[in-house]
Amino acid sequence: MKRILLVLALIVLVAVSVIGCGNSETASKLTGAVKIDGSSTVFPITEAVAEEFNRENPKVQVSVGVSGTGGGFKKFAAGETDISNASRLIKDSEKDAALKNNVEYIELAVAYDGISIVVNKENTWVDSLTVDELKKLWEPGSKVNKWSDLRSSWPDTEIKLYGPGTDSGTFDYFTEEINGKAKASRSDYTPSEDDNVLVKGIAADKGALGYFGYSYYLENKDILKIVPIDAGSGAVSPDATTINNGSYKPLSRPLYIYVSKAAIARPEVKEFVNFYLTNGPEILQQIGFIKLPDNLYSEGLAKIK
Amino acid sequence: MPEKAFCIQKHDRKRRNKEKIFHFIFFLTNAVSILFLAVLLIQIFIDGYKWLDWQFLTSFMSRFPERAGILPSILGTIWIMILTLAISTIVGIGTAVYIENFATKNFFTSIIQTNISNLAGVPSIVYGILGLAVFVRLFELGRSILAGSLTMTLLVLPIIIIASQEAIKTVPENLIHASYALGATKLQTIRKVILPYAMPGILTGTILATSRAVGEAAPLITVGALAYVSFIPFSPLDSFTVLPIQIFNWTSRPQADFQGLAAAGIIVLLAVLLSLNALAIVLRNKYQKRTEGL
Repeated sequence: MKRILLVLALIVLVAVSVIGCGNSETASKLTGAVKIDGSSTVFPITEAVAEEFNRENPKVQVSVGVSGTGGGFKKFAAGETDISNASRLIKDSEKDAALKNNVEYIELAVAYDGISIVVNKENTWVDSLTVDELKKLWEPGSKVNKWSDLRSSWPDTEIKLYGPGTDSGTFDYFTEEINGKAKASRSDYTPSEDDNVLVKGIAADKGALGYFGYSYYLENKDILKIVPIDAGSGAVSPDATTINNGSYKPLSRPLYIYVSKAAIARPEVKEFVNFYLTNGPEILQQIGFIKLPDNLYSEGLAKIK
Repeated sequence: MPEKAFCIQKHDRKRRNKEKIFHFIFFLTNAVSILFLAVLLIQIFIDGYKWLDWQFLTSFMSRFPERAGILPSILGTIWIMILTLAISTIVGIGTAVYIENFATKNFFTSIIQTNISNLAGVPSIVYGILGLAVFVRLFELGRSILAGSLTMTLLVLPIIIIASQEAIKTVPENLIHASYALGATKLQTIRKVILPYAMPGILTGTILATSRAVGEAAPLITVGALAYVSFIPFSPLDSFTVLPIQIFNWTSRPQADFQGLAAAGIIVLLAVLLSLNALAIVLRNKYQKRTEGL
């Protein structure tokens, strides 16, 4: 047993020294820790920003968890984290919990995600959907079972629906915007918490329709067909421009980080948030998210000054 | 008379045929499960093989698949494994020894016994919630390796206690009596006779239970294990991530390359688990040889 422990300790030591070598060209003297938790949708952005931040400030210990937006706010309100990732605005109950523990915060929008409606590549008939049609299709107790129920000129093919599970922030946002009430949805669809499962299901099923985050459409462009959405002023498909300028309505949603005011007094947290708002817009586009209009980032920077 | 002999012969043939058929059915069920396992493993090796290199093992997380690595999660897993093993062995064996050798059989101990058996079947996420409330919040250990290990200890403890009890029960009565006859005290008997004899069973149970815990993600996510860590955990109070969380995180990415990374992560996790199991076998054989003469 002793020998085994010794070997394990050796492995750890070797690994540590390997890393130590990699970081020897330290540029910044900033130390300390930045603790982040929250939404799994925002996670890839924060992770990418943290990766770049650590390249410049290797001595700052950045950690990011994925407890979900609600779970993240619970830890944030208890003062356990410095920054909370959120795919929706903070709720009143969460606000109260934070205030009770004297946790004051700054709300910063960091990116857009355009929830994308997609169909199978072989679907030749759909060229756009209106918001009303989406509501007719997804509302609780919906009677739409065939494409022809939606528009009579469309074929008599069965519609197979795919969507995120009920714990997802995407589900909350979609149902709120389309059906008028968060979590109100027909339930006879194929749900999955894993968007990759939705992509595979829709790609393999001619009559399928589903919705999920824009980055998943972007990565699977060649096997899916996007459906432009008409909110009254013409059909618009989601892309970097339409989501950024707000013409892709109503399914483009902002993503947020919440920063504790007590934490931002620490130089490493302040520098991290600064870095996030300055370099984030560039980084997040590389991983399939859409940046906000530039003035929103400068407004954010002004808030933390 | 010949008619009866014929009858027996026919009956006999029927029985043997039946046996052959069942032999085949059992072989088939076995083959199906092994086939599925083989397909799964082959698939994972095909997907993950090309991502598995030194860079992968020694790098941190990255949004670029070719730069991404698994180092913090390997170290987190090793930390959790060692601490869980250490704490749960001590507490588990102690409990088993107490129940088997010291506790008098009464209503109270039978309640304890029933509860231990029941706890072995409690879903792991429940232990996660308990760990969050007790270790993270109440004891203020934070989202640390220590809090994670203690939670994992709770998860594996019932299994370890039961395995240790079974091992202690197999110690032959005459050995124990002989020890007492020589004037040994109870403690001496436990230390010199019972535990050495039961050790192979105890160790196998302990290490197998721990290797199950190494594959768990849910309770550790609840306790507050992270998904992105930019540093090497140095002390039990540092925050951490583990292999299953890292793998889960990669599988839910839209980019196909991350699926390959997840497969490579699964290979690493399998390697860790198999070496733990190998360790269990080596230790068992070593102790078995020592007690063979008894």
